[in-house]
Amino acid sequence: MPAQIPADSVGLVTPQTVTFPAELQLECGRSLPGYTLVYETYGVLNRERSNAILLCHALSGDHHAAGYHQLEDRKPGWWEHLLGPGKAMDTKQFFFVCANFIGSCKGSTGPASINPETGSPWGLDFPMVTVRDWVKTQADLADHLDIAQWAAVIGGSLGGMQVMQWSMDYPERLRNAVVIAAAPKLTAQNIAFNEVCRQAIMTDPDFHNGRYYAHDTKPRRGLSLARMIGHITYLSDDAMRSKFGRDTRGGKAFSFGFDVDFEVESYLRYQGSSFVERFDANSYLYITKALDYFDPASAYGGNLAEAFARIQAAFLVISFSSDWRFSPERSREIVQALYTCNRDVSYAEIEATHGHDSFLMPIPQYVAVLRTYLQRVAEEIGL
Amino acid sequence: MKLRRDLAIIADWIAPQSRILDLGCGEGELLAYLRAEKGVQGYGVEIEEDRVVAAIRRGIPVIQQDLDQGLKNFADLSVDTVVLSLTLQATTFPRQLLLEMLRVGREVIVTFPNMGHWHARWQLGVLGKMPTTDALPHTWYDTPNIHLCTIRDFEQLCADNGIVIHQRVVLNDRRRSTWRNRLLPNFFGEVALYRCALDAR
Repeated sequence: MPAQIPADSVGLVTPQTVTFPAELQLECGRSLPGYTLVYETYGVLNRERSNAILLCHALSGDHHAAGYHQLEDRKPGWWEHLLGPGKAMDTKQFFFVCANFIGSCKGSTGPASINPETGSPWGLDFPMVTVRDWVKTQADLADHLDIAQWAAVIGGSLGGMQVMQWSMDYPERLRNAVVIAAAPKLTAQNIAFNEVCRQAIMTDPDFHNGRYYAHDTKPRRGLSLARMIGHITYLSDDAMRSKFGRDTRGGKAFSFGFDVDFEVESYLRYQGSSFVERFDANSYLYITKALDYFDPASAYGGNLAEAFARIQAAFLVISFSSDWRFSPERSREIVQALYTCNRDVSYAEIEATHGHDSFLMPIPQYVAVLRTYLQRVAEEIGL
Repeated sequence: MKLRRDLAIIADWIAPQSRILDLGCGEGELLAYLRAEKGVQGYGVEIEEDRVVAAIRRGIPVIQQDLDQGLKNFADLSVDTVVLSLTLQATTFPRQLLLEMLRVGREVIVTFPNMGHWHARWQLGVLGKMPTTDALPHTWYDTPNIHLCTIRDFEQLCADNGIVIHQRVVLNDRRRSTWRNRLLPNFFGEVALYRCALDAR
Protein backbone atom coordinates (compact mmCIF):
# COMPACT_ATOMS: atom_id res chain seq x y z
CA MET A 1 0.00 0.00 0.00
CA PRO A 2 1.31 3.46 -0.80
CA ALA A 3 1.54 5.64 2.34
CA GLN A 4 -0.49 8.11 0.35
CA ILE A 5 -1.83 7.88 -3.17
CA PRO A 6 0.58 9.84 -5.42
CA ALA A 7 -0.79 13.01 -7.03
CA ASP A 8 -0.06 11.69 -10.51
CA SER A 9 -2.13 8.55 -9.96
CA VAL A 10 -5.75 8.20 -11.00
CA GLY A 11 -6.27 7.20 -7.36
CA LEU A 12 -9.06 4.87 -6.30
CA VAL A 13 -10.96 3.21 -9.12
CA THR A 14 -13.96 0.91 -9.12
CA PRO A 15 -14.34 -1.77 -11.77
CA GLN A 16 -17.66 -1.88 -13.58
CA THR A 17 -19.40 -4.78 -15.23
CA VAL A 18 -21.74 -5.03 -18.18
CA THR A 19 -23.54 -8.12 -19.40
CA PHE A 20 -24.45 -8.60 -23.03
CA PRO A 21 -27.30 -11.10 -23.12
CA ALA A 22 -27.30 -11.72 -26.87
CA GLU A 23 -25.59 -14.80 -28.26
CA LEU A 24 -22.01 -14.09 -29.34
CA GLN A 25 -20.88 -15.83 -32.51
CA LEU A 26 -17.19 -16.71 -32.26
CA GLU A 27 -14.54 -17.12 -34.92
CA CYS A 28 -14.13 -20.81 -34.05
CA GLY A 29 -17.70 -21.49 -35.19
CA ARG A 30 -19.14 -21.92 -31.71
CA SER A 31 -20.94 -19.26 -29.72
CA LEU A 32 -21.40 -17.99 -26.19
CA PRO A 33 -24.91 -17.56 -24.79
CA GLY A 34 -24.20 -13.97 -23.78
CA TYR A 35 -21.20 -12.73 -21.84
CA THR A 36 -20.00 -10.32 -19.19
CA LEU A 37 -17.16 -7.80 -19.41
CA VAL A 38 -15.48 -6.14 -16.47
CA TYR A 39 -13.84 -2.82 -17.24
CA GLU A 40 -12.44 0.35 -15.74
CA THR A 41 -12.43 3.93 -16.97
CA TYR A 42 -10.12 6.82 -16.14
CA GLY A 43 -10.66 10.49 -16.93
CA VAL A 44 -13.83 12.14 -18.18
CA LEU A 45 -15.63 11.57 -21.46
CA ASN A 46 -16.17 14.96 -23.13
CA ARG A 47 -19.54 16.16 -24.41
CA GLU A 48 -18.64 15.38 -28.05
CA ARG A 49 -17.64 11.86 -26.91
CA SER A 50 -14.49 12.31 -28.99
CA ASN A 51 -11.73 11.90 -26.39
CA ALA A 52 -12.11 8.19 -25.63
CA ILE A 53 -9.11 5.88 -25.84
CA LEU A 54 -9.37 2.12 -25.56
CA LEU A 55 -6.52 0.26 -23.86
CA CYS A 56 -5.98 -3.40 -24.71
CA HIS A 57 -4.21 -5.59 -22.18
CA ALA A 58 -1.73 -8.41 -22.64
CA LEU A 59 -1.69 -12.11 -21.65
CA SER A 60 -1.65 -11.82 -17.89
CA GLY A 61 -3.00 -8.28 -17.72
CA ASP A 62 -6.52 -7.20 -16.92
CA HIS A 63 -8.90 -4.25 -16.85
CA HIS A 64 -7.03 -2.68 -13.93
CA ALA A 65 -4.60 -0.49 -15.90
CA ALA A 66 -4.03 2.26 -13.33
CA GLY A 67 -4.80 3.40 -9.81
CA TYR A 68 -5.81 1.37 -6.76
CA HIS A 69 -8.93 -0.57 -5.88
CA GLN A 70 -8.42 0.13 -2.22
CA LEU A 71 -5.83 1.84 -0.07
CA GLU A 72 -4.55 -1.53 1.12
CA ASP A 73 -3.50 -2.53 -2.43
CA ARG A 74 0.18 -3.39 -2.56
CA LYS A 75 0.48 -2.46 -6.24
CA PRO A 76 -1.35 -0.11 -8.61
CA GLY A 77 -2.63 -1.07 -12.08
CA TRP A 78 -0.25 -2.50 -14.67
CA TRP A 79 0.19 0.70 -16.72
CA GLU A 80 0.45 3.04 -13.73
CA HIS A 81 3.80 4.44 -14.95
CA LEU A 82 2.29 5.74 -18.16
CA LEU A 83 -1.36 6.37 -17.37
CA GLY A 84 -2.60 9.10 -15.05
CA PRO A 85 -3.06 12.85 -14.69
CA GLY A 86 -0.19 14.59 -16.51
CA LYS A 87 1.40 11.30 -17.61
CA ALA A 88 2.15 10.18 -21.18
CA MET A 89 -1.42 8.89 -21.37
CA ASP A 90 -3.00 11.88 -19.72
CA THR A 91 -6.29 11.33 -17.91
CA LYS A 92 -6.78 15.10 -17.77
CA GLN A 93 -7.21 15.07 -21.54
CA PHE A 94 -8.59 11.70 -22.48
CA PHE A 95 -11.17 9.22 -21.25
CA PHE A 96 -9.53 5.80 -21.07
CA VAL A 97 -11.37 2.49 -21.10
CA CYS A 98 -9.76 -0.86 -20.34
CA ALA A 99 -11.72 -4.12 -20.37
CA ASN A 100 -10.70 -7.60 -19.32
CA PHE A 101 -11.09 -9.82 -22.37
CA ILE A 102 -13.29 -12.93 -22.41
CA GLY A 103 -11.47 -16.18 -21.76
CA SER A 104 -9.50 -14.43 -19.02
CA CYS A 105 -10.24 -14.81 -15.32
CA LYS A 106 -10.51 -11.34 -13.83
CA GLY A 107 -14.27 -10.92 -14.00
CA SER A 108 -15.12 -11.22 -17.68
CA THR A 109 -16.65 -14.48 -18.88
CA GLY A 110 -14.05 -17.22 -19.09
CA PRO A 111 -13.42 -20.92 -18.49
CA ALA A 112 -13.82 -20.46 -14.71
CA SER A 113 -17.28 -18.90 -15.19
CA ILE A 114 -20.43 -20.96 -14.83
CA ASN A 115 -21.74 -22.58 -17.98
CA PRO A 116 -25.48 -21.80 -17.81
CA GLU A 117 -26.30 -25.11 -19.47
CA THR A 118 -24.59 -27.27 -16.90
CA GLY A 119 -24.52 -25.03 -13.86
CA SER A 120 -20.84 -25.77 -13.32
CA PRO A 121 -17.64 -24.05 -14.52
CA TRP A 122 -16.96 -24.29 -18.26
CA GLY A 123 -13.41 -25.62 -17.93
CA LEU A 124 -12.21 -26.84 -21.31
CA ASP A 125 -15.80 -26.82 -22.62
CA PHE A 126 -15.39 -23.06 -22.94
CA PRO A 127 -15.24 -22.21 -26.66
CA MET A 128 -11.93 -21.10 -28.14
CA VAL A 129 -11.76 -17.31 -28.32
CA THR A 130 -9.57 -15.26 -30.64
CA VAL A 131 -8.19 -11.74 -30.92
CA ARG A 132 -10.97 -11.01 -33.41
CA ASP A 133 -13.60 -12.15 -30.88
CA TRP A 134 -12.10 -9.88 -28.23
CA VAL A 135 -12.28 -6.90 -30.56
CA LYS A 136 -15.92 -7.73 -31.30
CA THR A 137 -16.73 -7.68 -27.58
CA GLN A 138 -14.83 -4.42 -27.15
CA ALA A 139 -16.95 -2.95 -29.97
CA ASP A 140 -20.03 -4.04 -28.02
CA LEU A 141 -18.59 -2.20 -25.04
CA ALA A 142 -18.01 0.90 -27.19
CA ASP A 143 -21.67 0.76 -28.22
CA HIS A 144 -22.70 0.35 -24.59
CA LEU A 145 -20.64 3.43 -23.66
CA ASP A 146 -22.02 5.26 -26.71
CA ILE A 147 -18.56 5.81 -28.20
CA ALA A 148 -18.84 5.88 -31.98
CA GLN A 149 -15.14 6.38 -32.61
CA TRP A 150 -12.08 5.99 -30.42
CA ALA A 151 -9.53 8.81 -30.57
CA ALA A 152 -7.04 5.97 -30.29
CA VAL A 153 -6.78 2.30 -29.46
CA ILE A 154 -3.56 1.47 -27.63
CA GLY A 155 -2.06 -1.85 -26.62
CA GLY A 156 1.21 -3.58 -25.81
CA SER A 157 2.22 -7.13 -26.72
CA LEU A 158 -0.98 -9.18 -27.17
CA GLY A 159 -2.75 -5.84 -26.65
CA GLY A 160 -1.00 -4.53 -29.77
CA MET A 161 -2.48 -7.41 -31.75
CA GLN A 162 -5.96 -6.33 -30.65
CA VAL A 163 -5.13 -2.81 -31.84
CA MET A 164 -4.25 -4.12 -35.30
CA GLN A 165 -7.41 -6.23 -35.36
CA TRP A 166 -9.48 -3.17 -34.41
CA SER A 167 -8.06 -1.17 -37.29
CA MET A 168 -8.86 -3.97 -39.73
CA ASP A 169 -12.34 -4.91 -38.46
CA TYR A 170 -13.70 -1.48 -37.59
CA PRO A 171 -11.62 0.89 -39.75
CA GLU A 172 -13.92 3.87 -39.22
CA ARG A 173 -14.18 3.45 -35.46
CA LEU A 174 -10.65 4.54 -34.50
CA ARG A 175 -8.62 7.57 -35.54
CA ASN A 176 -5.29 6.31 -34.25
CA ALA A 177 -3.73 2.96 -33.51
CA VAL A 178 -0.78 2.62 -31.13
CA VAL A 179 0.89 -0.78 -31.36
CA ILE A 180 3.60 -1.39 -28.77
CA ALA A 181 6.02 -4.35 -28.57
CA ALA A 182 3.77 -6.49 -30.76
CA ALA A 183 4.06 -8.71 -33.83
CA PRO A 184 1.88 -9.43 -36.86
CA LYS A 185 1.96 -13.12 -35.92
CA LEU A 186 3.85 -15.45 -33.65
CA THR A 187 7.01 -17.17 -34.83
CA ALA A 188 7.56 -20.91 -34.47
CA GLN A 189 9.76 -20.11 -31.46
CA ASN A 190 6.97 -18.05 -29.83
CA ILE A 191 4.48 -20.87 -30.37
CA ALA A 192 7.00 -23.37 -29.04
CA PHE A 193 7.32 -21.45 -25.77
CA ASN A 194 3.54 -21.27 -25.47
CA GLU A 195 3.24 -24.98 -26.07
CA VAL A 196 5.78 -25.78 -23.34
CA CYS A 197 3.75 -23.59 -20.98
CA ARG A 198 0.52 -25.35 -21.89
CA GLN A 199 2.09 -28.78 -21.51
CA ALA A 200 3.37 -27.78 -18.07
CA ILE A 201 -0.22 -27.01 -17.05
CA MET A 202 -1.95 -29.90 -18.78
CA THR A 203 0.44 -32.58 -17.52
CA ASP A 204 0.09 -31.43 -13.92
CA PRO A 205 -1.75 -34.26 -12.05
CA ASP A 206 -4.00 -31.63 -10.49
CA PHE A 207 -5.19 -30.43 -13.89
CA HIS A 208 -8.01 -33.04 -14.10
CA ASN A 209 -8.53 -32.22 -17.77
CA GLY A 210 -9.46 -28.64 -16.88
CA ARG A 211 -12.09 -29.66 -14.29
CA TYR A 212 -9.88 -28.94 -11.31
CA TYR A 213 -12.51 -26.54 -9.93
CA ALA A 214 -14.69 -29.53 -9.01
CA HIS A 215 -11.75 -31.18 -7.27
CA ASP A 216 -11.15 -28.08 -5.18
CA THR A 217 -7.59 -27.86 -6.40
CA LYS A 218 -5.60 -26.30 -9.23
CA PRO A 219 -2.54 -27.23 -11.30
CA ARG A 220 -0.22 -25.12 -9.18
CA ARG A 221 3.04 -26.64 -10.30
CA GLY A 222 2.08 -26.49 -13.97
CA LEU A 223 0.84 -22.92 -13.95
CA SER A 224 3.78 -21.78 -11.86
CA LEU A 225 6.18 -23.45 -14.29
CA ALA A 226 4.39 -21.84 -17.22
CA ARG A 227 4.80 -18.44 -15.62
CA MET A 228 8.49 -19.06 -14.92
CA ILE A 229 9.10 -19.93 -18.56
CA GLY A 230 7.06 -16.98 -19.73
CA HIS A 231 8.91 -14.67 -17.41
CA ILE A 232 12.29 -15.66 -18.83
CA THR A 233 11.07 -14.66 -22.28
CA TYR A 234 9.81 -11.28 -21.04
CA LEU A 235 13.22 -10.28 -19.69
CA SER A 236 16.40 -9.78 -21.66
CA ASP A 237 19.65 -11.59 -20.98
CA ASP A 238 21.15 -8.23 -19.95
CA ALA A 239 18.25 -7.38 -17.66
CA MET A 240 18.60 -10.71 -15.85
CA ARG A 241 22.35 -10.31 -15.60
CA SER A 242 22.12 -6.85 -14.11
CA LYS A 243 19.22 -7.72 -11.82
CA PHE A 244 20.55 -11.02 -10.47
CA GLY A 245 23.90 -11.86 -12.00
CA ARG A 246 25.06 -15.04 -10.30
CA ASP A 247 24.26 -13.70 -6.87
CA THR A 248 23.35 -16.36 -4.38
CA ARG A 249 20.39 -15.93 -2.13
CA GLY A 250 21.40 -13.88 0.90
CA GLY A 251 25.02 -14.17 -0.29
CA LYS A 252 25.19 -17.73 1.06
CA ALA A 253 27.59 -20.44 -0.13
CA PHE A 254 26.33 -23.14 -2.52
CA SER A 255 24.07 -25.69 -0.88
CA PHE A 256 25.27 -28.48 -3.20
CA GLY A 257 21.65 -29.54 -3.41
CA PHE A 258 18.57 -28.75 -5.45
CA ASP A 259 17.06 -26.09 -3.29
CA VAL A 260 17.33 -22.45 -4.29
CA ASP A 261 20.96 -21.29 -4.55
CA PHE A 262 20.77 -18.36 -6.93
CA GLU A 263 18.73 -15.19 -6.63
CA VAL A 264 17.35 -15.74 -10.11
CA GLU A 265 15.91 -19.11 -9.02
CA SER A 266 14.31 -17.54 -6.01
CA TYR A 267 12.86 -14.75 -8.14
CA LEU A 268 11.38 -17.12 -10.70
CA ARG A 269 9.87 -19.36 -8.03
CA TYR A 270 8.29 -16.34 -6.42
CA GLN A 271 6.92 -15.11 -9.77
CA GLY A 272 5.54 -18.58 -10.43
CA SER A 273 3.88 -19.14 -7.09
CA SER A 274 2.40 -15.65 -6.81
CA PHE A 275 0.97 -15.97 -10.31
CA VAL A 276 -0.89 -19.12 -9.30
CA GLU A 277 -2.78 -17.12 -6.70
CA ARG A 278 -4.01 -14.57 -9.20
CA PHE A 279 -4.49 -16.43 -12.45
CA ASP A 280 -6.58 -19.31 -13.71
CA ALA A 281 -4.68 -22.09 -15.49
CA ASN A 282 -7.42 -22.69 -18.06
CA SER A 283 -7.39 -19.00 -18.97
CA TYR A 284 -3.66 -19.29 -19.56
CA LEU A 285 -4.32 -22.12 -22.01
CA TYR A 286 -7.03 -20.22 -23.90
CA ILE A 287 -5.12 -16.94 -24.11
CA THR A 288 -1.88 -18.51 -25.35
CA LYS A 289 -3.91 -20.26 -28.06
CA ALA A 290 -5.44 -16.93 -29.09
CA LEU A 291 -1.88 -15.60 -29.39
CA ASP A 292 -0.81 -18.57 -31.52
CA TYR A 293 -3.81 -18.23 -33.86
CA PHE A 294 -3.39 -14.51 -34.50
CA ASP A 295 -2.22 -14.08 -38.11
CA PRO A 296 -4.30 -11.57 -40.08
CA ALA A 297 -2.12 -11.99 -43.18
CA SER A 298 -2.92 -15.70 -43.51
CA ALA A 299 -6.26 -15.00 -45.19
CA TYR A 300 -4.33 -13.01 -47.83
CA GLY A 301 -1.69 -15.53 -48.76
CA GLY A 302 0.65 -14.17 -46.11
CA ASN A 303 0.48 -10.61 -47.47
CA LEU A 304 0.09 -8.33 -44.47
CA ALA A 305 -0.30 -5.19 -46.59
CA GLU A 306 -3.41 -6.73 -48.18
CA ALA A 307 -4.79 -7.57 -44.76
CA PHE A 308 -4.22 -3.90 -43.85
CA ALA A 309 -5.79 -2.52 -47.04
CA ARG A 310 -9.02 -1.30 -45.38
CA ILE A 311 -7.26 0.44 -42.49
CA GLN A 312 -8.02 4.14 -42.06
CA ALA A 313 -6.32 4.88 -38.73
CA ALA A 314 -2.94 6.56 -38.44
CA PHE A 315 -0.44 4.31 -36.67
CA LEU A 316 2.28 4.69 -34.11
CA VAL A 317 4.38 1.54 -33.77
CA ILE A 318 6.90 1.20 -30.95
CA SER A 319 9.44 -1.55 -30.29
CA PHE A 320 12.24 -2.09 -27.78
CA SER A 321 15.82 -2.98 -28.68
CA SER A 322 16.24 -5.78 -26.12
CA ASP A 323 12.82 -7.39 -26.69
CA TRP A 324 13.51 -10.83 -28.09
CA ARG A 325 10.00 -12.19 -27.62
CA PHE A 326 8.54 -9.65 -30.07
CA SER A 327 11.70 -8.15 -31.50
CA PRO A 328 11.96 -4.80 -33.33
CA GLU A 329 12.16 -6.77 -36.57
CA ARG A 330 8.55 -7.92 -36.01
CA SER A 331 7.38 -4.35 -35.50
CA ARG A 332 9.17 -3.33 -38.68
CA GLU A 333 7.04 -5.86 -40.56
CA ILE A 334 3.96 -4.01 -39.36
CA VAL A 335 5.46 -0.66 -40.37
CA GLN A 336 6.46 -1.96 -43.78
CA ALA A 337 2.95 -3.28 -44.48
CA LEU A 338 1.39 0.05 -43.46
CA TYR A 339 3.87 1.93 -45.66
CA THR A 340 3.03 -0.37 -48.55
CA CYS A 341 -0.67 0.42 -48.26
CA ASN A 342 -0.11 4.17 -47.95
CA ARG A 343 -1.17 4.58 -44.35
CA ASP A 344 0.33 7.22 -42.08
CA VAL A 345 2.73 5.41 -39.78
CA SER A 346 5.39 6.52 -37.35
CA TYR A 347 7.84 4.07 -35.86
CA ALA A 348 10.08 4.41 -32.84
CA GLU A 349 12.65 1.82 -31.82
CA ILE A 350 13.40 2.48 -28.18
CA GLU A 351 16.80 1.65 -26.69
CA ALA A 352 15.86 -0.33 -23.61
CA THR A 353 17.41 -3.07 -21.50
CA HIS A 354 14.27 -4.57 -19.96
CA GLY A 355 13.30 -6.89 -22.81
CA HIS A 356 9.64 -7.40 -23.65
CA ASP A 357 8.59 -5.98 -20.27
CA SER A 358 9.92 -2.58 -21.39
CA PHE A 359 6.45 -1.64 -22.58
CA LEU A 360 5.37 -1.41 -18.94
CA MET A 361 8.31 0.80 -17.89
CA PRO A 362 8.64 4.61 -17.83
CA ILE A 363 11.62 4.69 -20.22
CA PRO A 364 12.19 8.39 -21.01
CA GLN A 365 12.31 8.13 -24.82
CA TYR A 366 9.28 5.81 -24.83
CA VAL A 367 7.37 8.24 -22.63
CA ALA A 368 8.40 11.17 -24.87
CA VAL A 369 7.26 9.43 -28.06
CA LEU A 370 3.93 8.30 -26.62
CA ARG A 371 3.22 11.63 -24.91
CA THR A 372 4.07 13.63 -28.04
CA TYR A 373 1.96 11.44 -30.29
CA LEU A 374 -1.06 11.64 -27.98
CA GLN A 375 -0.57 15.40 -27.70
CA ARG A 376 -0.90 15.51 -31.45
CA VAL A 377 -4.02 13.33 -31.27
CA ALA A 378 -5.49 15.74 -28.73
CA GLU A 379 -4.77 18.72 -31.00
CA GLU A 380 -6.32 17.01 -33.99
CA ILE A 381 -9.60 16.39 -32.20
CA GLY A 382 -9.52 19.88 -30.70
CA LEU A 383 -9.01 19.04 -27.03
CA MET B 1 5.43 28.74 -43.67
CA LYS B 2 8.99 29.79 -44.58
CA LEU B 3 11.58 27.22 -45.58
CA ARG B 4 15.34 27.40 -45.50
CA ARG B 5 16.60 28.31 -48.99
CA ASP B 6 18.02 24.88 -49.89
CA LEU B 7 14.84 23.17 -48.68
CA ALA B 8 12.72 25.64 -50.68
CA ILE B 9 14.52 24.57 -53.85
CA ILE B 10 13.91 20.91 -53.03
CA ALA B 11 10.25 21.69 -52.35
CA ASP B 12 10.00 23.36 -55.78
CA TRP B 13 11.27 20.20 -57.42
CA ILE B 14 8.65 17.98 -55.84
CA ALA B 15 5.38 17.48 -57.68
CA PRO B 16 2.12 18.26 -55.86
CA GLN B 17 0.21 15.21 -54.57
CA SER B 18 3.25 13.00 -55.05
CA ARG B 19 4.53 10.43 -52.57
CA ILE B 20 7.97 10.97 -51.14
CA LEU B 21 10.50 9.64 -48.66
CA ASP B 22 12.74 12.13 -46.84
CA LEU B 23 15.84 10.34 -45.57
CA GLY B 24 17.43 11.99 -42.58
CA CYS B 25 14.33 14.16 -42.27
CA GLY B 26 15.50 15.89 -39.08
CA GLU B 27 12.58 17.57 -37.39
CA GLY B 28 10.44 17.15 -40.48
CA GLU B 29 10.31 20.79 -41.62
CA LEU B 30 10.44 19.93 -45.34
CA LEU B 31 7.73 17.27 -45.05
CA ALA B 32 5.52 19.50 -42.93
CA TYR B 33 5.74 22.16 -45.63
CA LEU B 34 5.11 19.72 -48.47
CA ARG B 35 2.12 18.12 -46.75
CA ALA B 36 0.56 21.47 -45.97
CA GLU B 37 1.36 23.35 -49.19
CA LYS B 38 1.50 20.71 -51.90
CA GLY B 39 -0.65 17.86 -50.63
CA VAL B 40 2.35 15.57 -50.70
CA GLN B 41 2.15 12.24 -48.89
CA GLY B 42 5.47 11.73 -47.25
CA TYR B 43 7.38 9.73 -44.70
CA GLY B 44 10.48 10.84 -42.89
CA VAL B 45 13.31 8.50 -41.93
CA GLU B 46 15.42 9.56 -38.99
CA ILE B 47 17.71 7.84 -36.53
CA GLU B 48 18.16 10.49 -33.84
CA GLU B 49 15.73 10.15 -30.93
CA ASP B 50 14.98 13.83 -30.28
CA ARG B 51 14.37 14.48 -33.94
CA VAL B 52 11.94 11.55 -34.16
CA VAL B 53 9.96 13.10 -31.31
CA ALA B 54 10.13 16.54 -32.96
CA ALA B 55 8.82 15.14 -36.24
CA ILE B 56 5.97 13.38 -34.42
CA ARG B 57 5.16 16.71 -32.76
CA ARG B 58 4.76 18.22 -36.23
CA GLY B 59 2.44 15.39 -37.19
CA ILE B 60 4.89 13.93 -39.70
CA PRO B 61 4.91 10.15 -40.17
CA VAL B 62 8.47 9.30 -39.25
CA ILE B 63 10.21 5.95 -39.24
CA GLN B 64 13.15 5.54 -36.90
CA GLN B 65 15.77 3.73 -38.89
CA ASP B 66 19.50 3.72 -39.55
CA LEU B 67 20.22 4.59 -43.19
CA ASP B 68 23.44 2.60 -42.95
CA GLN B 69 21.27 -0.53 -42.65
CA GLY B 70 19.85 0.14 -46.11
CA LEU B 71 16.31 0.69 -47.35
CA LYS B 72 15.24 -2.92 -47.81
CA ASN B 73 11.92 -2.32 -46.05
CA PHE B 74 10.88 0.08 -48.83
CA ALA B 75 9.67 -1.63 -51.99
CA ASP B 76 10.93 -0.90 -55.51
CA LEU B 77 9.48 2.31 -56.94
CA SER B 78 7.20 2.71 -53.92
CA VAL B 79 7.54 6.52 -53.96
CA ASP B 80 7.91 9.20 -56.61
CA THR B 81 10.86 10.98 -55.03
CA VAL B 82 13.45 10.08 -52.40
CA VAL B 83 15.14 13.07 -50.75
CA LEU B 84 18.51 12.98 -49.00
CA SER B 85 19.24 16.45 -47.73
CA LEU B 86 22.72 17.24 -46.36
CA THR B 87 23.09 13.66 -45.12
CA LEU B 88 24.97 11.78 -47.86
CA GLN B 89 28.34 12.76 -46.35
CA ALA B 90 27.39 11.19 -43.00
CA THR B 91 26.50 7.75 -44.34
CA THR B 92 28.79 4.72 -44.26
CA PHE B 93 27.95 3.53 -47.79
CA PRO B 94 27.01 6.60 -49.84
CA ARG B 95 27.14 4.87 -53.21
CA GLN B 96 24.99 1.94 -52.09
CA LEU B 97 22.53 4.30 -50.45
CA LEU B 98 22.26 6.38 -53.61
CA LEU B 99 21.55 3.26 -55.66
CA GLU B 100 19.02 2.08 -53.06
CA MET B 101 17.27 5.45 -53.26
CA LEU B 102 17.06 5.05 -57.03
CA ARG B 103 15.52 1.62 -56.53
CA VAL B 104 12.83 2.93 -54.15
CA GLY B 105 11.99 6.17 -55.98
CA ARG B 106 11.57 7.16 -59.60
CA GLU B 107 13.67 10.21 -58.88
CA VAL B 108 16.08 11.25 -56.15
CA ILE B 109 17.04 14.63 -54.78
CA VAL B 110 20.45 14.73 -53.13
CA THR B 111 22.07 17.72 -51.51
CA PHE B 112 25.50 17.87 -49.88
CA PRO B 113 28.13 20.36 -48.71
CA ASN B 114 30.77 20.85 -51.40
CA MET B 115 34.30 20.12 -50.20
CA GLY B 116 35.63 21.84 -53.35
CA HIS B 117 34.48 25.22 -52.03
CA TRP B 118 37.31 27.77 -52.07
CA HIS B 119 37.20 28.21 -48.32
CA ALA B 120 37.73 24.50 -47.76
CA ARG B 121 40.52 24.48 -50.35
CA TRP B 122 42.13 27.47 -48.66
CA GLN B 123 42.12 25.82 -45.28
CA LEU B 124 43.52 22.52 -46.53
CA GLY B 125 45.73 23.76 -49.40
CA VAL B 126 47.23 26.90 -47.84
CA LEU B 127 46.73 26.66 -44.10
CA GLY B 128 47.24 22.89 -44.14
CA LYS B 129 44.36 22.03 -41.82
CA MET B 130 41.13 20.12 -42.17
CA PRO B 131 38.44 22.54 -43.32
CA THR B 132 35.58 23.70 -41.15
CA THR B 133 32.92 25.78 -42.87
CA ASP B 134 29.40 26.99 -42.16
CA ALA B 135 28.06 23.89 -43.84
CA LEU B 136 30.66 21.65 -42.16
CA PRO B 137 31.18 23.12 -38.70
CA HIS B 138 32.67 20.02 -37.04
CA THR B 139 36.29 19.42 -36.15
CA TRP B 140 37.93 16.43 -37.85
CA TYR B 141 37.90 14.29 -34.69
CA ASP B 142 34.30 14.98 -33.83
CA THR B 143 32.39 14.92 -37.07
CA PRO B 144 29.55 12.74 -38.29
CA ASN B 145 30.67 13.59 -41.83
CA ILE B 146 32.82 10.68 -42.91
CA HIS B 147 32.34 10.72 -46.69
CA LEU B 148 32.91 14.25 -47.89
CA CYS B 149 33.04 14.93 -51.61
CA THR B 150 33.20 17.72 -54.15
CA ILE B 151 30.79 18.56 -56.93
CA ARG B 152 33.17 16.97 -59.41
CA ASP B 153 33.40 13.78 -57.29
CA PHE B 154 29.63 13.45 -57.08
CA GLU B 155 29.14 13.92 -60.79
CA GLN B 156 31.80 11.30 -61.45
CA LEU B 157 29.94 8.89 -59.19
CA CYS B 158 26.74 9.53 -61.15
CA ALA B 159 28.49 9.03 -64.47
CA ASP B 160 30.07 5.77 -63.29
CA ASN B 161 26.73 4.37 -62.11
CA GLY B 162 24.38 5.28 -64.95
CA ILE B 163 22.76 8.08 -62.99
CA VAL B 164 21.47 10.99 -65.05
CA ILE B 165 21.47 14.46 -63.53
CA HIS B 166 18.26 16.23 -64.48
CA GLN B 167 18.86 19.43 -62.58
CA ARG B 168 21.58 21.02 -60.48
CA VAL B 169 21.60 24.10 -58.33
CA VAL B 170 24.69 25.28 -56.48
CA LEU B 171 24.39 27.75 -53.65
CA ASN B 172 27.07 29.94 -52.13
CA ASP B 173 27.80 30.37 -48.43
CA ARG B 174 24.75 32.61 -48.10
CA ARG B 175 22.59 29.89 -49.66
CA ARG B 176 22.18 31.93 -52.85
CA SER B 177 22.73 31.06 -56.47
CA THR B 178 24.87 33.83 -58.07
CA TRP B 179 26.77 34.20 -61.37
CA ARG B 180 29.99 33.17 -59.62
CA ASN B 181 28.70 29.77 -58.44
CA ARG B 182 27.12 29.20 -61.79
CA LEU B 183 30.44 29.92 -63.53
CA LEU B 184 32.70 27.99 -61.14
CA PRO B 185 30.36 25.83 -59.05
CA ASN B 186 33.02 23.55 -57.63
CA PHE B 187 34.97 26.60 -56.42
CA PHE B 188 32.27 28.98 -55.23
CA GLY B 189 29.48 26.56 -54.35
CA GLU B 190 29.06 25.61 -50.72
CA VAL B 191 25.95 23.45 -51.05
CA ALA B 192 25.08 21.44 -54.14
CA LEU B 193 21.55 20.23 -54.95
CA TYR B 194 20.89 17.54 -57.51
CA ARG B 195 17.85 15.99 -59.04
CA CYS B 196 18.73 12.65 -60.61
CA ALA B 197 17.29 9.44 -61.97
CA LEU B 198 18.57 6.20 -63.42
CA ASP B 199 19.62 6.31 -67.04
CA ALA B 200 17.09 3.72 -68.15
CA ARG B 201 14.13 5.69 -66.82
